[in-house]
Amino acid sequence: MSATPDPTPAPKRNLLQTLEIDVRLLGMVAAFVIICLIFNILTDGRFLTARNVFNLTIQTVSVAIMATGMVFVIVTRHIDLAVGALLATCSAVMAMTQTLYLPEFLGLPLGHPLVPWIAIAVGLFVGTTLGAVQGYLVGYLAIPAFIVTLGGLLIWRNVGWYMTSGATIGPLDPTFMKFGGINGTLGETWSWIFGAVATLVACWAMWSARKNKVVHGFPVKPIGAEYAMMALVGAGIMGFIWVLNSYQIPAARLKRMFAARGEEMPEGFSAAYGLPISVLLLIAIAIAMTLVARKTRLGRYIFATGGNPDAAELSGINTRMLTVKIFAIMGALCAISAVVASARLTNHSNDIGTLDELRVIAAAVIGGTALSGGLGTIHGAILGALIMQSLQSGMAMVGVDAPLQNIVVGSVLVAAVLIDIIFRKRAGLK
Amino acid sequence: MSTPIVELKNISISFGGVRAVDNVSLDVEPGQVVGLLGHNGAGKSTLIKILSGAYQKDSGEIWIDGQKADIRSPRDARHHNIETIYQTLALADNLDAPSNLFLGRELTNAFGFVDDAQMEAETRKIMARLNPNFKKLKEPVSALSGGQRQSVAIARAVYFNAKILIMDEPTAALGVHETKMVADLIHELKSQGLAIILISHDTREMMELCDVVSVMKNGQMVGTERVEDVTEDEILSMIILGKKTPDAKAS
Repeated sequence: MSATPDPTPAPKRNLLQTLEIDVRLLGMVAAFVIICLIFNILTDGRFLTARNVFNLTIQTVSVAIMATGMVFVIVTRHIDLAVGALLATCSAVMAMTQTLYLPEFLGLPLGHPLVPWIAIAVGLFVGTTLGAVQGYLVGYLAIPAFIVTLGGLLIWRNVGWYMTSGATIGPLDPTFMKFGGINGTLGETWSWIFGAVATLVACWAMWSARKNKVVHGFPVKPIGAEYAMMALVGAGIMGFIWVLNSYQIPAARLKRMFAARGEEMPEGFSAAYGLPISVLLLIAIAIAMTLVARKTRLGRYIFATGGNPDAAELSGINTRMLTVKIFAIMGALCAISAVVASARLTNHSNDIGTLDELRVIAAAVIGGTALSGGLGTIHGAILGALIMQSLQSGMAMVGVDAPLQNIVVGSVLVAAVLIDIIFRKRAGLK
Repeated sequence: MSTPIVELKNISISFGGVRAVDNVSLDVEPGQVVGLLGHNGAGKSTLIKILSGAYQKDSGEIWIDGQKADIRSPRDARHHNIETIYQTLALADNLDAPSNLFLGRELTNAFGFVDDAQMEAETRKIMARLNPNFKKLKEPVSALSGGQRQSVAIARAVYFNAKILIMDEPTAALGVHETKMVADLIHELKSQGLAIILISHDTREMMELCDVVSVMKNGQMVGTERVEDVTEDEILSMIILGKKTPDAKAS
């Protein structure tokens, strides 16, 4: 190293830089759009129907929730192979709480208004605690995370099995099942209201970020570009709501819903599903996790530790406790995913979450989380989960054989990492 | 003579049977630059890592400002206003300069969120003083040159009003111009009354920068001399032979 000035020329501000768009993210969105368009052609337009978009969305939620936590784990140079198994244990605990423990020991029957909330609280407690225990083994006792969670993969999968004797536990509480997707949606009106509020909040956030920059005298993008971005984001949100709102509840199902309330369905009545509660949950988690990553000390320490563990330690960061916290967050997210996954299936089955660890890791990695540590985004991981799920269900719709589906998904994972490595080398990042 | 701000008394530490530091004492006064010299493996870095909290001593005492101090971690050292600039530059490469400068001590706003804009503004201010050419505040520090990275590390120590500054080979990775910048900075900090412990291999540089030089060899202290009382040859002799005069008969 010498005192010679940096050889790179003064940065040219092209269109993307002016708009402050992440090129990598743009590439992923483009890949996602291309995948959707290809499948739409191959399925004669069945892939991009409202119904399939709705299904795709609710199928992605469980893996996407866990992927946001996996970002933190991988950023700090660890790995968690136990997420699918931990999900199964949490699901088993919650199912048993609802159907057996609460009715038997507390006399609260299935359907009692307290039951779902107690079950979820118990599940969250179990997930967080087991995650924290794994984090303690990694952080304080210095057992490699790979080994701890490989052991966890076997242990939690079979703890769940042992608890339930391998039986399928169901049906679950009706309120609990609202978190699964199709059984709990906002309906048309509330979905529109949510979309409008979300758009306003997004615009306000962009505007106040700009104002903050101006206060401190930092460069800002042209005001026109700002408006264009706002319009784009707003159109995206409202477009998504519009698609979900166009998925009509089948007439037969509507009739059953009216019959359940002891009413007759009016002639010509129709209703749409709208935004699923599970998606709402994912959005809330994504926002919370992004805030943690970018705006809290915890997040800063996670990324600093991933970038240079020694530097973090020497800067006075308690990296051992940090590891416990990260695995505890991962455990809590596994429990939330367990709520969504078992509610979607309307029961707890013994093989719930099987191979989810691979899907979750793949989603995080496709989403740009570097296994060498220090790099990764929450929205990238969610987009990664969406890409994985689109590939999987798209191929199923086209009629690709099951073994070939997995071969393709595996290849895509390896190719995505390769492309990422090449991209980073070109950009001179790492 | 003013009272020492740092007193290391009879410090020893062993790693697996090897006495890396053996019964070493060292005093530093405010406004004084003490140079630690010696071969690789003489125990200089180990000694200062005990003061900065990265290692824990086996025996001996550390006194700061006339009070016995219990330093068990880098955090404890910071409480005593001890800042260290490490040879390996303890920076998180993936974060930008402001995040590194404030690492472990982030500024937060009313909601408890880290205030990036405020930290960037503060970084801008201190950099204008230390290294006016420094402009890359938004890029990860991996994209910076050796000198720029060194300014971030030094800014970290200066910003938080260190009273005791430890610099382990601060100029090892730097070019001529940047080395001069660090030297000027050391003079400025010294005039502000900081106590500075400097480690280097460059005897000539040390003779220029330091008030006092201490030489270590094989984990032991060979001797401490005021720079005006010794010649460069005598220092070299202490480093190589472990005694001040190369040949007793020659004097």
